[in-house]
Amino acid sequence: MTRHIISIKDFDRRQIDRLLDNAKRIDAQKYDKTALNGKILATLFFEPSTRTRMSFEAAMARLGGTSISVGSVEACSMAKGETLADTIRVVSGYADAIVIRHPKEGAARLAAQFASVPVINAGDGAGQHPSQTLLDLYTIRQSMKLDGINLALIGDLRYGRTAHSLASALSLYHVKLHTISPTGLELPPALITELGEKGMEIIDHDEIKDIVKEVDVIYVTRIQRERFPDSASYFNVTSNYRITPELLESAKKHAIILHPLPRVDEIDPRVDRLPNAKYFEQSKNGVPVRMAMLMQVIQ
Amino acid sequence: MKKEENNEKEELLVRRIQNGTVIDHIAPGEALNVVKILGITGSTTESLSIATNVPSDQMGKKDIVKLSNRELSKEEVDRIALISPRATINIIRNYKVCEKKGVEVPELIEGLVRCPNPGCISNTNEPIRSRFVVTPKGLHCIYCEWVLTRDIPSHII
Ligand SMILES: [Zn+2]
Repeated sequence: MTRHIISIKDFDRRQIDRLLDNAKRIDAQKYDKTALNGKILATLFFEPSTRTRMSFEAAMARLGGTSISVGSVEACSMAKGETLADTIRVVSGYADAIVIRHPKEGAARLAAQFASVPVINAGDGAGQHPSQTLLDLYTIRQSMKLDGINLALIGDLRYGRTAHSLASALSLYHVKLHTISPTGLELPPALITELGEKGMEIIDHDEIKDIVKEVDVIYVTRIQRERFPDSASYFNVTSNYRITPELLESAKKHAIILHPLPRVDEIDPRVDRLPNAKYFEQSKNGVPVRMAMLMQVIQ
Repeated sequence: MKKEENNEKEELLVRRIQNGTVIDHIAPGEALNVVKILGITGSTTESLSIATNVPSDQMGKKDIVKLSNRELSKEEVDRIALISPRATINIIRNYKVCEKKGVEVPELIEGLVRCPNPGCISNTNEPIRSRFVVTPKGLHCIYCEWVLTRDIPSHII
């Protein structure tokens, strides 16, 4: 039996807490730096995501392990029409774990079915990306307890998988969710129902300034230009959702601002200097969180 | 007495069969879908009768499909359960009902339904069959986590 990390929905609260506790110990340098000596991680990225990949490779290296990867997708058999199932069976023979990113939803679940080593999902299409959610939770937990906080989710909440997975996970912590999104990019109704059934309170707002005084976390996601007919309407919309120092004047002192990065115009660069800005910290936290994930699956 | 009368009416609509299967209590309007999911087309050789919107004591209206010289596999019965969970299967031998059973929606359905999500890995050439967990809300794709709630017949493979 191998253990895989495919979807945040496979985790219960106890499992998430345990993983985040391990990440915290790692962050405090209380870990065995040779824990994964001699182990090999295969990173299979069927679509580019340089940072996620670097973050996993850095995590593996910090634990004494090695990473291998395909040079470019074009150069390998994946581009020649080989099934993912076959690729996974072959790569299972080379490595002690596989990290996969793939454009199709459910690809990681399929990979887990065919792999003889553990599989970690690093994003499958519009589907799941559990390491992002775990590092988001970890970053919030560095500043405050997760239980009962007020969290504002801003941006493209319809297509943004980061927002969906995070909302799902937060429903385990009695978080009150405030949503702010352009027309047409609201949270999908099915997800609202699902979260409601888990007891989550969700309140929709027109503008972030309506709620900025009350929230503990402001989680900003990217609004993609492709979602709008022209750049003028894109600019109109995004300017209404922008986080600025002026907006934050009325925010709680301890409130934090998160963003999965890369950002475009969603956050004014002047915000970077405020102690509330935690998005670079968040990105850095990807390494200890992924180290905890790798230790969990490989040992 | 009333039951007898109903049966009489059915007799008028659909001739009795000697050997085969009568699929009764199909949700009204679903008989053609039942025929479709059994793979019966103009070029197959079954002798087939269909009655739709037949008055029914239990259901108000129902559809009936009668198939001569054919018994259904477990998988075929499962497919019928998906679109008509109240259907009953009567196996007929020598004009008599020799076995009568309900249908049951299985907990896990494999290879019966196509995932409606075009981005789902199960809709590619991978060597897998689609897999759905049956929940009170609908069919839950184990790959992409999409939940199929409506119009299940049109997604049956
Ligand atoms: Zn699917």
